[in-house]
Amino acid sequence: MLTNPRVVLELKGISKQFSGISALSKVDLRLYAGEVHTLMGQNGAGKSTLIKVLTGVHAPDQGDIYLGGQRVQPGSTLQAQDLGISTVYQEVNLCPNLSVAENIFIGRYPKRFGVINWNAMREQATALLRKLNVDIDVTATLSQYSLAIQQMVAIARALNISARVLILDEPTSSLDEAEVQLLFGVLRTLRAEGMAILFVTHFLEQTYAISDRITVMRNGEREGEYRCSDLSRLDLVNKMVGVDSAASGVPNATVPAQNSAAGAVFLQAEQIGKKGAIEPFDLTLHAGELLGFCGLLGSGRTEAARLLFGADQTDSGSIRIHGQSHRFAAPRDAIAQGIGFCSEDRKHEGAILNLSVRENMVLALQARKGMFRKIALPAQQQAVRELVQRLGIKTADIETPMASLSGGNQQKVLLARWLLMQPHMLILDEPTRGIDVRAKLDIMDYIIELGRSGMSIVLISSELSEVLRCSDRVMVFRERRVCGEYRRGELNEDSVLQVIAGSAVNHSAKGVDHV
Amino acid sequence: MFKPHPLLKPGMALLVLLLADLLLIPGFFQLEVKDGHLYGSVIDILNRAAPLMLTALGMTLVIATRGTDISVGAVAAIAGTVAVLLIGAHDTGVLPAVLLAIGCAALCGLWNGALVVGLGMQPIITTMILMVAGRGLAQLLTDGQIETVRDAPFFFIGTGYLFGLPVSLYIVAMVLALIALLVHKTAFGLFIQAVGINPVASCLAGIKAGALTVAAYVICSVCAGLAGVMICSNVKSADANNIGLLLELDAILAVTLGGTSLDGGKFSLLGTVIGALIIQTLTYTIYSLGVAPELNMIIKAVVVVAVCLSQSTEFKKLSGSVSAQFGKREA
Repeated sequence: MLTNPRVVLELKGISKQFSGISALSKVDLRLYAGEVHTLMGQNGAGKSTLIKVLTGVHAPDQGDIYLGGQRVQPGSTLQAQDLGISTVYQEVNLCPNLSVAENIFIGRYPKRFGVINWNAMREQATALLRKLNVDIDVTATLSQYSLAIQQMVAIARALNISARVLILDEPTSSLDEAEVQLLFGVLRTLRAEGMAILFVTHFLEQTYAISDRITVMRNGEREGEYRCSDLSRLDLVNKMVGVDSAASGVPNATVPAQNSAAGAVFLQAEQIGKKGAIEPFDLTLHAGELLGFCGLLGSGRTEAARLLFGADQTDSGSIRIHGQSHRFAAPRDAIAQGIGFCSEDRKHEGAILNLSVRENMVLALQARKGMFRKIALPAQQQAVRELVQRLGIKTADIETPMASLSGGNQQKVLLARWLLMQPHMLILDEPTRGIDVRAKLDIMDYIIELGRSGMSIVLISSELSEVLRCSDRVMVFRERRVCGEYRRGELNEDSVLQVIAGSAVNHSAKGVDHV
Repeated sequence: MFKPHPLLKPGMALLVLLLADLLLIPGFFQLEVKDGHLYGSVIDILNRAAPLMLTALGMTLVIATRGTDISVGAVAAIAGTVAVLLIGAHDTGVLPAVLLAIGCAALCGLWNGALVVGLGMQPIITTMILMVAGRGLAQLLTDGQIETVRDAPFFFIGTGYLFGLPVSLYIVAMVLALIALLVHKTAFGLFIQAVGINPVASCLAGIKAGALTVAAYVICSVCAGLAGVMICSNVKSADANNIGLLLELDAILAVTLGGTSLDGGKFSLLGTVIGALIIQTLTYTIYSLGVAPELNMIIKAVVVVAVCLSQSTEFKKLSGSVSAQFGKREA
């Protein structure tokens, strides 16, 4: 496949500045027909900017783009699409209120006699999705489907534009393992058909599972282009992060055994459940214990966490905290007991984008104190500055709007929102989703430290290595029920995968290089 | 990057308008003292803008929650009618009558808030119900007649003077101070902004989003009720058909002119006051220049268009590229 590759798309010496600050500096990138090319780098390395230049969102200050040898200047995403460059974005970029079929064909509806041919549209949409092994009702509104399905629809939409170059900007961050396999299957087909695919991801495993070539970016510059087979994981992480912290970036790096002697029982849940969301389950959490939730997307792990926080109401069972029985009718009730919750959906359930970093951070503590006991501004500023420094949050000022922070820094602010409250227990649902390697390491290190200081932590993550590495105990979820509980060391990634996949469902991640 | 103060734009707009008046209307800024009262165009504008300022202040809070309240005109009618009827027909004292009228307005707000929060209805539809039904109710109360009232203490609210200035201005100042206190000295301001921007995230952070939203509607209705009482006191009667007619439109316009986005979130109370003054100054200017009053509505519409354009990012891009084109051509 790698023999005699043909360059489809070439970027030469692309530079881009934003208000005097260099975002890209003389970056080269070559995409070959019939290859999957992965773009790797930390947040702020310039990946997003490069893609925006490529898709016509930003015009480069310097440098040229050649498509099939011809110099092109896409002035908008639409023009880029017309040239054959299609993009699927990290955050699903569709219209939730329209039907699946309409979303796929929006702007290019099949027409007959000048009006939209709804039948043809339905048939073509169904056929396109079948190609992706997705069999759903294309007339249903998009918002009814999970984020993963919506992602598939976005890909179907890109495929429909008969693209020569397909750009996938972190498409897998919201997909579960089986769906990732599905996606990779599709990518392999497209690769065999000769399409040039640019894949942006944070996941090392996925990079090695699908890529032919890797371009690494750092600080707005191209660090280098490598054949996937020539570059070891350690080297890759080295090149992305810089040498010093590389060792801990490798999934198998050792974490010292931590809280072996957990404290008293903090929370005990007996047979709590909610119909249609999660079957009744038991859970015990000790002070200072780090409990991991493993399972695929939709396995019930998030639903279980929401019950513990009162974000959804249980219809069975009881929750006791320090032996006292409690009913959580709303998150406020759980917060009153010192429980915090970072949602997996940072944008919709966490950040209040138009408010400042300070306002976002004090929100939970202020809500707990009540409206009439306002925290004095100087006290707010001091507490916020302290946390900004402690967590290494990169922001121009504490009054900067949350929206202008990067994903990783937003996540840190949301973590700080709960830390400010000095909680007894923290539920973290995908705290490292969609953020760069460095921020990921920062956050995970910090979480481990919190556990050591006596806080109880529930950690949910799609990255198995992350959960297994940090947890004292692991609960495995499958098909909306708890199907096992394991102590530290009882499971490795292979065995946990078997539990997750179960015997009935045989979508265990074949072909993925699990470390 | 330089970021202009949010009050800069509305402040400049008012300033431009006042400058135009200075040039166009002789003696616009002249103040006279008659019987120890200040008289003049500026005082007149302030006095007439009082009901609108009150209503718009309450409206600001509702809009901050990403809602809207188009029932304020009807609520003003109900409150005004109740006050006039109690004083005129039932010989109630002024204070209890006004308090009861405000109480009725508060109930209206509770109704709006309960429907919006409890049933999750769209604010515009919810308040439209009361907009229609409320004015009908006010007309039923008066049997469709114009109720007049002769009670000197009641007139004091809308026409009285204190230390040389209209009483209405003291009322506005008091309401502004109370709301500002609530917004800045408690966490109410932070919370309603958070709810307006992201209700789900606010709820997960432990904020009582529902109760806050209801509170915003109640405050809005109370302000509108007070405005209704003020209007009735000023005209010494209650005409259920006309009290606060189209007040909702002016109030929303005032809030928008003041720089508060209809998308909820960040809001400015002072901006709203300036917005209300812009509207009243505009009306005054049009009348003073002898322009046909029919044109008033059209000129307001032009202002609305201008405001919308100034908030539209698309328009900014467009005008940016157009001026760039011109720049190229000239070069």
